[in-house]
Amino acid sequence: MRKKVIFKGVALPYLLLLPQLIITGIFFFWPAGQAIYGSFLREDAFGLSREFVGFENFADILADPNYLNAVSNTVIFSSAVAFSALGVALFLAVQADKAIRGADFYKTMLIWPYAIAPAIAAVLWLFLFHPQIGLFGRFLNGIGIPWDYKLNGGQAMLMVIIAAAWKQVSYNFIFFLAGLQSIPRSVLEAAAIDGARPARRFWTVIFPLLAPTSFFLLVVNLVYAFFDTFGTIHALTRGGPGQSTTTLIYKVYVDGVENLNFGASAAQSVILMALVIALTAIQFRFIERKVHY
Amino acid sequence: MIRRMLMAGAVALGLAGALPATAQQPVEIQFWHGLTQPNGGLLEQIAADFNASQNRYRVVATFRGSYPETMVAAIAAFRANTAPHIVQMFEVGTGTMMAAGRAIKPLHELMAETGLQVNFADYLPAVRGYYSLRDGRMMSMPFNSSTAIVFYNKDAFRRAGLNPDQFPETWQGVEQAARALRAAGHQCPMTTAWPTWLMVEQFSAIHNIPLATQDNGFGGLNAELAINNPLMLRHLTNLVNWQREGLFRYGGRDTAAEPLFPNGECAIIFNSSGYRGRVQRESQFQWGVAMLPYYNDVQGAPFNSIIGGASFWTMNRGPNAQRSAEELRGVAEFFRFISQPQVAAKWHTDTGFLPVNRTAYEQVRATGFYSQPQNAGADIPIQQLLRGGGQMTGNTMGIRLGGFVEIRNIIQEEMERAFQGQQTPEQALTNATNRGNQVLRNFERQNRGG
Repeated sequence: MRKKVIFKGVALPYLLLLPQLIITGIFFFWPAGQAIYGSFLREDAFGLSREFVGFENFADILADPNYLNAVSNTVIFSSAVAFSALGVALFLAVQADKAIRGADFYKTMLIWPYAIAPAIAAVLWLFLFHPQIGLFGRFLNGIGIPWDYKLNGGQAMLMVIIAAAWKQVSYNFIFFLAGLQSIPRSVLEAAAIDGARPARRFWTVIFPLLAPTSFFLLVVNLVYAFFDTFGTIHALTRGGPGQSTTTLIYKVYVDGVENLNFGASAAQSVILMALVIALTAIQFRFIERKVHY
Repeated sequence: MIRRMLMAGAVALGLAGALPATAQQPVEIQFWHGLTQPNGGLLEQIAADFNASQNRYRVVATFRGSYPETMVAAIAAFRANTAPHIVQMFEVGTGTMMAAGRAIKPLHELMAETGLQVNFADYLPAVRGYYSLRDGRMMSMPFNSSTAIVFYNKDAFRRAGLNPDQFPETWQGVEQAARALRAAGHQCPMTTAWPTWLMVEQFSAIHNIPLATQDNGFGGLNAELAINNPLMLRHLTNLVNWQREGLFRYGGRDTAAEPLFPNGECAIIFNSSGYRGRVQRESQFQWGVAMLPYYNDVQGAPFNSIIGGASFWTMNRGPNAQRSAEELRGVAEFFRFISQPQVAAKWHTDTGFLPVNRTAYEQVRATGFYSQPQNAGADIPIQQLLRGGGQMTGNTMGIRLGGFVEIRNIIQEEMERAFQGQQTPEQALTNATNRGNQVLRNFERQNRGG
């Protein structure tokens, strides 16, 4: 039975919607419109001369090997971050869900990193991985493994993946733990009575029942890796060496803010915007259809 | 009742608004700078001294983040009609500012319109040249200038059996010294900060080879990069080989290599003369400074090095908003204040930046500053700027390329790929040239209308 509140007239409902509409308009539609408009222009940094160039900015970007490099970096980076963050979080959540002494303490510790700002987290990792001052970096060099993320693109990528994934583990952990706790004990007990060993119980009972949570987290993690990892990359590698850790969002920043090339930056933002819209649409579709809590 | 109170309030507000106009208030001059502490505080002190010296103008100095951040902030403010009167712009942004048309007020116009005099003939030629048009008209006010020099660890030199008081003059000599250091067990004989500025820009100037056509861009926006030349290739090939042999270490972009010297890890570092303070504070060993090395088989080398640092630009408030005569007068007065030799001399001895005019240099020398042991070599940067007889060529005046922030990064990236072994030095120079030229063509196109 759905309860419906009926307003008399149209003025009041619109008035109540107005604050939200204004916020959406100012902080979303207006800048988005500006970005779309800007992506068709080519102008100098000071905005004194501008030229309408149609789709030229888009054509230039898509023909630029550095942009394509950023696309492949983003694919590698995002999938690695999402899968490692999900895998580790799931493992930890399953362990924390068991009846162990001091479970609350572990849980608190595991959730903690989420409250750390990306740039600060990056600095912490820097102290671990820096080849000269970092604990881990010095150790690696000491045992004869040449570790220098400032010159080795693969190592730089590995480092930003670890730093970005670590930060997301906490978030995933909370959701997985909640998901695990909502699985009825009776189902698990029934499986145990039927003779299913823990590993089998996990893969045949727990994992499928966690699927909605996992799918939701997968989308959230991908969006995180795409858009929220700017601070981590900026503090750790600044997109280098070469451009081996430049992702799409980092390139938008470099071209727009550092290089003051607004047209190219706006065009890249528009492409990214299309991507988010697609991701969100997929998420809603699947979650609406497949999820049965 | 309520209406009367509102009325009274409105009247009071109106009076409060009208009052300052009648009283004699100083004209505010907004000044954005990009210097961190302690230098930023010293700069703000100069503004405070200026304010105390008169009561018609008040310079409000505000820190706006690093140089690139200050540049971006000033440009964004201009687009929003709230640009500062004066902005401190690092040398890399000079090309962009020169082409900025009505966004800026050229210094020579400012001085002519206000009728104030500054003796620019007294300024060091390398400093004056960097910020003036080809015909000698000044575009921005020089202030904090530095150049690049060598810092070396005298203790390490001694251990390797090298003469600690004689840094090799040539790259050939530096290579031998690096081998000796390596043989003596030094893991990192040499490194460099600001890889592009040191190993490409300064390198080209010292050897009098062009970094770009059109006199490094001074001649017009149609300049093209010229770094794909035999000498540059020879040097980059050497660096890559030295890196492979363990004689040279690539320490990262911009200032990333800086910690490697004071902690004793690297025995030689090429860096800005402004690095002196940090070495003095942090190093636990005897160190020395020297002029940048050169290849002695290049005809005429060494020439003068070029400057880094920043200058002050006068900006209009926005695309359609000019400054009043009174505001311009205030800016010009402030510029005249900072051009005084005693201000420049104090800035030089306090911070380690160069004394921008000769009188300031002479004044400091007369006080015996350079002969004090803790200041040994503090005049090396100045001598290096005057090396080659002060006779500057089109290749040693400086660099004036639009989008140069981006070009510097491009060269840096391509160098990194060469150091990683992903491409040959030749490919690195070709790629850097092609990508850099694309930036230059874009900039030319964007600024055609000006």
